[in-house]
Amino acid sequence: MKAAIIVFPGSNCDRDIAVSLKKISEIEPLMIWHKETCIPDCDIIVVPGGFSFGDYLRCGSMAANSPIMLDVIHKAKKGMPTIGICNGFQILTETGLLPGTLIKNDCLSFLCKTVSIKVENSNTKFSNLYSKNEVIDIPIAHNEGNFFADDSTLNKIKDNDQIVFKYCNNSGKTEKEFNPNGSIENIAGIINKDGNVLGMMPHPERATCQLSQLNDGERFFSSITESIL
Amino acid sequence: MTLITEDLVEEHGINEEEYSFILKSLKREPTITELGIFSAMWSEHCSYKSSKFWLKQLPTENNFVIQGPGENAGVIDIGDGYAAIFKMESHNHPSFIEPYQGAATGVGGILRDVFTMGARPVALLNSLRFGDTSHEKTKHLLTGVVSGIGGYGNCMGIPTVGGEVEFNSSYNDNILVNAMCVGIAKTDKIFYSKASGVGNSVVYVGSKTGRDGIHGATMASAEFDENSEEKRPTVQVGDPFSEKLLLEACLELMKMDVIIAIQDMGAAGLTSSAVEMAGKGELGIELDLDKVPCREKNMSAYEIMLSESQERMLMIIEPKKEHIAKEVFDKWELDFSVIGKLTNTNKLVINHKKMTKAEIVLDILEKGAPSYKRPYSINKFSEEKIKNDKLIDKGPISILKDLIGSPNLCSRKWVWEQYDHMVMTDTILIPGGDSAIIRVHGTNKGLSITSDSTPRYCLSDPIEGGKQAVAEAWRNLIAVGSRPIAITDCMNFGNPEKEDIMGQFAGVVKGMIMSCNQLDFPVVSGNVSLYNETNGKGINPTPVIGGVGVIDNLDIFADHNFKRKDDVIFIIGKTDGHLPQSIYATELLNINTGLPPKVNLDEEKKNGLTIKSLIESSLVDTSHDISDGGILIALTEMAIKNNIGFDIETDIINSHRFLFGEDQGRYIISVKEKNLIKVKKILEESNVIYNIAGVTIDKIIKVNEEKIPIDEIKEIYENWFTKYLSK
Repeated sequence: MKAAIIVFPGSNCDRDIAVSLKKISEIEPLMIWHKETCIPDCDIIVVPGGFSFGDYLRCGSMAANSPIMLDVIHKAKKGMPTIGICNGFQILTETGLLPGTLIKNDCLSFLCKTVSIKVENSNTKFSNLYSKNEVIDIPIAHNEGNFFADDSTLNKIKDNDQIVFKYCNNSGKTEKEFNPNGSIENIAGIINKDGNVLGMMPHPERATCQLSQLNDGERFFSSITESIL
Repeated sequence: MTLITEDLVEEHGINEEEYSFILKSLKREPTITELGIFSAMWSEHCSYKSSKFWLKQLPTENNFVIQGPGENAGVIDIGDGYAAIFKMESHNHPSFIEPYQGAATGVGGILRDVFTMGARPVALLNSLRFGDTSHEKTKHLLTGVVSGIGGYGNCMGIPTVGGEVEFNSSYNDNILVNAMCVGIAKTDKIFYSKASGVGNSVVYVGSKTGRDGIHGATMASAEFDENSEEKRPTVQVGDPFSEKLLLEACLELMKMDVIIAIQDMGAAGLTSSAVEMAGKGELGIELDLDKVPCREKNMSAYEIMLSESQERMLMIIEPKKEHIAKEVFDKWELDFSVIGKLTNTNKLVINHKKMTKAEIVLDILEKGAPSYKRPYSINKFSEEKIKNDKLIDKGPISILKDLIGSPNLCSRKWVWEQYDHMVMTDTILIPGGDSAIIRVHGTNKGLSITSDSTPRYCLSDPIEGGKQAVAEAWRNLIAVGSRPIAITDCMNFGNPEKEDIMGQFAGVVKGMIMSCNQLDFPVVSGNVSLYNETNGKGINPTPVIGGVGVIDNLDIFADHNFKRKDDVIFIIGKTDGHLPQSIYATELLNINTGLPPKVNLDEEKKNGLTIKSLIESSLVDTSHDISDGGILIALTEMAIKNNIGFDIETDIINSHRFLFGEDQGRYIISVKEKNLIKVKKILEESNVIYNIAGVTIDKIIKVNEEKIPIDEIKEIYENWFTKYLSK
């Protein structure tokens, strides 16, 4: 599986996701500078986390207008598997590839911790090795991870089974108190209607390490390789 | 032309004696630009004029040191062709005036010190000290500083993995913000600041120069008074996004054979980088300030030379390779400008608007810099015991509840959850333990990192306090099973012109020397922050020690969390029950007199090396050093994460001394039943004093007949900050 990782000025999880993808696919991912206009042949596009353009103006808004994004949008609309993690999720909502938006955490501060999330939809390219309703532990690290959508958008998301991950406690309860950032319906990750574009705030690439006893992210990457190849 | 008046000289922090030396050396009156340059270079912050005499005595070498003090940061060999590069620095005064920007730029500055040497920064730590929790400014300063640190480090994508937070009224009007950065480089790819090659280009890269931070170094070298907030314009404003670009651009260029020398523009900006680089190379340097990229119009030579605008670097490059460097900086959309050249004149020459604004022989600035052996007197408190009738008439568990929910012993989670401590995915041990562990990327080797200080010990006995600060850093590194290698120090003290303050400094350094020598734990870099006083009242002497160690094989290390029930709990080291200067005495009994516990360095070394070998031989995977608060606090910290508690027995009569005394050189380990005999045998053969305190159990903390569920303690432990800030 050949991955293309888009690198913006201020991206800082580009190396982390490259390490995880290489570990699983044994192929060095392509690092694509934001000023390029065309992504070479690949099997998946990844928009990594970080602070693209310093998060100035609004998270993800400047990156969404980088030259490379025209090609990302074009390929994603034609069905290319595409994922955005953290800042990448913010960028994908800014491009309109994913519905909704991400606003400031309700605690009003940056939050970095390992949280439990529940797999709401295990029927996607990105989550098929998890079982439905399984609870996994994945770190979050963001200031603006509070997912918001208006009622009609939210209803569509729910009707189409687009919610992939929800924040929960360690036994899978998704009450408000287990929501770290105020996201509507505890939403941690969603997919587009066509099922090829995923955005999520938690960082699966930070959960692929035996040493720190955090490895629930490994199946995220193996889901992708198995379903794409 | 600005007239150089006596007042103007005094405003620049230059005393009469220093000024007459300037007149004699220049053989004329200085220009205003020159006066500014002398002021910055001879400020306490840049010249170390009060501290140099003492700092020179610190041990700075062992088998692993590649570069000791004198460079942008210290460098140690960590094996397999890798080096760790690290330093700690203070940003106290700016953080008090403008907490967010002050703390943020403190992080930015220390990052540049590390990546300017060719290292990719891999970890940040912060030692923070605030005033009493009831002081009107404490909440504002705490929230501002923490978000400033997070705001910078998070955006840079460098994990903040450790540090300390202390509240004490001595910091009411003078908080301490000390930031440490550790980076990793290949040993054959380290960059230094010594300029070479007459005719080579002096290149300015990074952000533009503005009027922010002019004379920051001078501000940092003066006492505060009620008008200090007027100094807000001298606080720099940080832009972590530009710094991230600067980091990537520098590291990209460093892969090519282009840079001859490089230094960041930190305190005293362009002045100190130009002077130090040329000075180290024993060359001259000529700058054309018209070429310096400026953010504002009509900046004077004085302003350009003294601006402390952030995210800037100075490099020496061969003229024929300029285009290679320019291409890299163009890609990252950063300013790149050739602003001068190296000469063989040993002079600093500053030209601006077709006029020479400064012409100073570098030796006058550097070798001529004042150095004082200030009068000092090392005073310690008198010995005083705490009598039994003074002890609190409550059982250990209720005292535990009071202590674990107190500002200085409660969980710092509220702080470190605002820092991205996992980015780069090499954080093996997250904050909250004795040391953080960071994996050397792509290897199975780790770095252990800690920062520590116990100012109340230093106040009551400077020599013992200095010994203890270094010993505790060493202990923290041992407790995770690493090999301690070297330290960086950040020396925060009051006004050195007062004999007792200078005595605190001298005493602490003397103590540090003893520990550094005995533990083979030299100082490779550091920073001094003096004049931490407001309206004549000094802070507690605060030597913050940042320690770095190596774990050769990450399959084997220890952390402080109990992992199983039915483990046997050992207290390693001698417990005398020393209460004076303990948290129990100072915070619960309000007794601040008496001497701190003594560090016996022979015992320290023996106990530590034995713990390390127990961990290395996989006989022990749970270990914690006993520090602030004593045994019961340490045990409780071990219990909370995995909800595995303990059942211990103590001598009832002396239980408070046993449980809350702060004797030094001690650890707690928990040992699996099957390893018990082997562990005992090793301890006995090594002549290590130990006692068995009890066993680990499920979910409960039990001392003699008293008990409490861990959940209840955890609630108290973890919620102090949120409750405090919502009040």
